[in-house]
Amino acid sequence: MALNRKIAYIDLSTGKIEIKPIPIEVRRKFLGGRGLDAYLLYNHTKKGCDPLGPDNTLMVSGGILSATLASATARTHVMAKSPLAGMLGSANMGGFFAPELAWAGFHHLVIKGKAEKPVYLWINNGKIEIRDARGLWGKTTTETQWAIREELGDEDIKSLIIGPAGENLVRFANVMTGIKNAGGRTGMGAVMGSKNLKAIAARGTMDIKIAHPKEALEFNKRFIDQITSAKVNQTQGTLGTPFIWGATNSWGGIRCRNFQYNQELYCDEIEPEAIDDNCTETMGPNHMAGCFGCQVHCRAKYKIPTGPYAGVYDEGPEYTSQGAFCGEPDCRSLETLLTGNHLVDQWGMDNLETGSIISWAMELYELGILTNKETDGLELRFGNDEALLEMVRRICFREGWLGNTLAEGGIFASEKIGKNSFDYLIQVKGVSNLHSDERATPGLALNIATASRGSDHLRSRPAIDLYHLPQEVMRKIYSSPVPYDGPLSSEHTEYIGKPWQVFWHENCYMAVDCLGICKYHTTFLGATLPNFEDWPKVLYYNTGLEFTPKEIWEVARRSNMIERLFNLREGLQREDLKRGDMLNHRYFDEPTRRGALDVVGRVIDREKFKKMVDEFYEYKGLDPNGAPKPETLKALGLEKEPSHLL
Amino acid sequence: MEPMGKVLSINQEKCTGCRLCELVCSVHHDGISNTARSRIKVMKWESEGLYIPMSCQQCQDAPCMIICPVRAISRDEKLSRVMVNQNKCIGCRSCVTVCPFGAMNFNVIDRKVFKCDLCDGDPQCVRFCEMKAVDYVDAGRVSISKKKTAAERISAARKEAAALEAEAH
Repeated sequence: MALNRKIAYIDLSTGKIEIKPIPIEVRRKFLGGRGLDAYLLYNHTKKGCDPLGPDNTLMVSGGILSATLASATARTHVMAKSPLAGMLGSANMGGFFAPELAWAGFHHLVIKGKAEKPVYLWINNGKIEIRDARGLWGKTTTETQWAIREELGDEDIKSLIIGPAGENLVRFANVMTGIKNAGGRTGMGAVMGSKNLKAIAARGTMDIKIAHPKEALEFNKRFIDQITSAKVNQTQGTLGTPFIWGATNSWGGIRCRNFQYNQELYCDEIEPEAIDDNCTETMGPNHMAGCFGCQVHCRAKYKIPTGPYAGVYDEGPEYTSQGAFCGEPDCRSLETLLTGNHLVDQWGMDNLETGSIISWAMELYELGILTNKETDGLELRFGNDEALLEMVRRICFREGWLGNTLAEGGIFASEKIGKNSFDYLIQVKGVSNLHSDERATPGLALNIATASRGSDHLRSRPAIDLYHLPQEVMRKIYSSPVPYDGPLSSEHTEYIGKPWQVFWHENCYMAVDCLGICKYHTTFLGATLPNFEDWPKVLYYNTGLEFTPKEIWEVARRSNMIERLFNLREGLQREDLKRGDMLNHRYFDEPTRRGALDVVGRVIDREKFKKMVDEFYEYKGLDPNGAPKPETLKALGLEKEPSHLL
Repeated sequence: MEPMGKVLSINQEKCTGCRLCELVCSVHHDGISNTARSRIKVMKWESEGLYIPMSCQQCQDAPCMIICPVRAISRDEKLSRVMVNQNKCIGCRSCVTVCPFGAMNFNVIDRKVFKCDLCDGDPQCVRFCEMKAVDYVDAGRVSISKKKTAAERISAARKEAAALEAEAH
């Protein structure tokens, strides 16, 4: 039964391991996955703890539906206090780790303390062991995984690991599994590294009884058919996420040269069709791979065609890598894209954060704020592919003054660099933005300002806002499961209606993360994809738990609120540029220079932005400062937090 | 219409490695998610991106059938499959040893062997595989798609050669 999966508390300082059941009351309040992790984070960390110290608590979980029949129940969630700015840290990855953890008997791990020497966890059919990882320390992400399989004698072991970047406490190091599945954002790899935890290895053959197997199978077929019938998923199933690049760059939604431009020019070599042509040669026409259970299979397999890693097997590249190694630094070579992508995957660093921070450094170099003295002679210019890749290496291994400084993440690096370097840093809550440019799209600007883990496109982005959907379609989506009769606009350049959309998507993606399924299987990129109305069946058939769509919405609201409570406790202030729901001034002051007619010359209007945040806060039940009103906490059952139920 | 006998046809190049086949197999047969209970398994070489689904070939002269000391294994010609009679099976695992494909599995809880039964003519792995890396086709037609793919390569090569020749003139 999914419901009899356990939670384990592991203290790496003392070696103590405690295993407990997860009470039904907790499931009813938070379901599982990210929702329950947020609760655990709030309850198991104290205000002001050092993110890289032993008192930071690391949560690792699979959703409540892990390994069951709900399209792809593959997702793993990782949570801790983020070393970037001390706000919420949260990262999510696909692959095969979460199902294996579930078959090994667990849904949640709560890891505290710090091991004296490098260790890894070995989780196998209900038992957890802390093992010596000194032989693994220093290995790349893939080397580590293969070495663990060899050491333990089982090829089917799935591991969540950190690479050298996590070991070196690069503040945006990631956690990974497989060749390229990454829990990329907010530096969770650094937290693991600070605990001397190199890997978590799982292998399980314990039964997970499905509550209503026949119905679960039938509904899963319908569910999957709905998901694969969406055109956007069919395209992703053949081209991967790079197809989004072409669609977005054409109208001017791509950030280029840090923030100077909103479109990259002359970059045909990295257009999705060009990538496909160059790479399908090396892996044949059927070159897509998928995460556990997934029929969208959006991950391309290929061998790197040219460069220092020519002939090496790799997977991806993702849209975020196109931004990190092409768009933002204005480099245009496919070889750079694939090499940069390979490096960050091997070393365990967030591609997005890496590309963004180097692009920021390039702008500072252009302005003379950084000189050859700080770069140790490296010509850190936009369009300098060699410098870009060299900087990736210096950051991972903390080489040279600048490598070591950028490894600290944007906020701390700006403090070290000084002058007015901070003014040029594109971030919210210390976290870099996806390489999208939101100056023409207020809904998306609101999303990145208010998302709980910082500037981010996966926690509340109303991406379908870009499709100019007809009013009836929008009304149908956004009036359920709770009524909304406010205005909606089909225009992505408008401000009207966006606060409700962002609020709706924030709850939608939280629900998805609690269930443990993929956002491509919900109303993220496709308007016809499943959401609240469909999840009760998937939950009931697989686990026997009964939830109405509205109750799932409430779980999402409650979980989102506890994330906010954590951020508030750690010092979130609405207008704070480092720890707030606020955008860099450039969004308001620098008009876009490129793009379609309705996009060029745009900024975000300060007053209208403020009103959007006000309205968004209203929907969430917050006061104008962004803190929950007492009646909101009561309505969500959070007035006693931290309640230490689990 | 007289059944010709359908077989599982596996095209490993199409396999995305998602393993949904394993999950639906175990849920369909045992009502449980546990790939140790699956009759079909995807063999992976992760560092090369190579995935090969392996299942029972439903041999005509099945070695498992021949070796079984209590004649628990027989051939069902109607569905062109090899079946294990669970009531007769003594769990000696001779069939596991002798199968050339590793298709005979041993259930460590029930202590009996289990294998693919083509889901009584509606194989769930085929139903759920979007890529149709595992397909269910008439036995006589298994090789036809491979012939077609190979023929297409020759046809494309001929067209290219003709185009180059025309260019040269």
